[in-house]
Amino acid sequence: MRAISALFVGLLFGLGLTISGMIDPSKIIAFLDVAGDWDPSLLVVMASALVVSFFGYRIAFARKKPVLEEKFQLPTKTEIDRPLIIGSALFGIGWGLSGLCPGPAISAASLGNGDVYVFLLALASGMLLGDGLPKAAAKQAKARS
Amino acid sequence: MTLSSFLGPAIGGALIGLSAVLLMALNGRIAGVSGIVAGIMAPLRGEGRADLSWRAAFVAGLIIAPLIVSAVRGELVSVSTPHPLWMMALGGLLVGYGTRLGSGCTSGHGVCGVARLSKRSFAATGMFMSTAIVTVFVLHRLLGV
Repeated sequence: MRAISALFVGLLFGLGLTISGMIDPSKIIAFLDVAGDWDPSLLVVMASALVVSFFGYRIAFARKKPVLEEKFQLPTKTEIDRPLIIGSALFGIGWGLSGLCPGPAISAASLGNGDVYVFLLALASGMLLGDGLPKAAAKQAKARS
Repeated sequence: MTLSSFLGPAIGGALIGLSAVLLMALNGRIAGVSGIVAGIMAPLRGEGRADLSWRAAFVAGLIIAPLIVSAVRGELVSVSTPHPLWMMALGGLLVGYGTRLGSGCTSGHGVCGVARLSKRSFAATGMFMSTAIVTVFVLHRLLGV
């Protein structure tokens, strides 16, 4: 049941990315190119997504627990720390270089663009590095103390 | 911006927002694509395969969606990558590494986190939007890519 609902939700998410145009890197780059022939459509996508999710979350959280699970799983960190800032800065640089972020890149995998597959391979490598290095560093710090 | 070029982004954005709400209401999860994908790769890092099925189902939905839109339109959804291939590769690496270090991407921070009014997500979104805009500015306006 959990997988069926996730499939449905992923489908809806992918339809949103496709219909909004976010799946196309040239459109994302045109949005980021504020000093050029600026394309404001991503701003509309973000605003529309935020209005729906802001009010929708309030309805969702009015229940004690999710429909299919025992509890809501929410991030527990509240502090704005160095990894958050550095990581997000690097992500933005990569987004500007490629015109792709993880959602659209995965959605576009069904459309047969070779550049997208190169991006996806690099994305997976980067994620493994990103998950591996902080843990290795934590292990080392632990060993030292 | 004409009405028809506004409708796609507005409707697409609403669908993205709706899927964020549904994944929380049904599965109790943040609809953050980078986090969901990193969870799928957990066995590669020698960790358990918890929650593999709903995560894989969500990703399957993402991938199938553009094909449905293509079938309805009668032509493949266009994906064009204006930047050179090495930028796609470097971009993918930075997006992967950065989103893991920074605990999220456009969907997890930019939509879900901001809709929850999370301070961390506001900081992350401000950061990746800024560096992405600066990156495209440097590429297009200073380096003439």
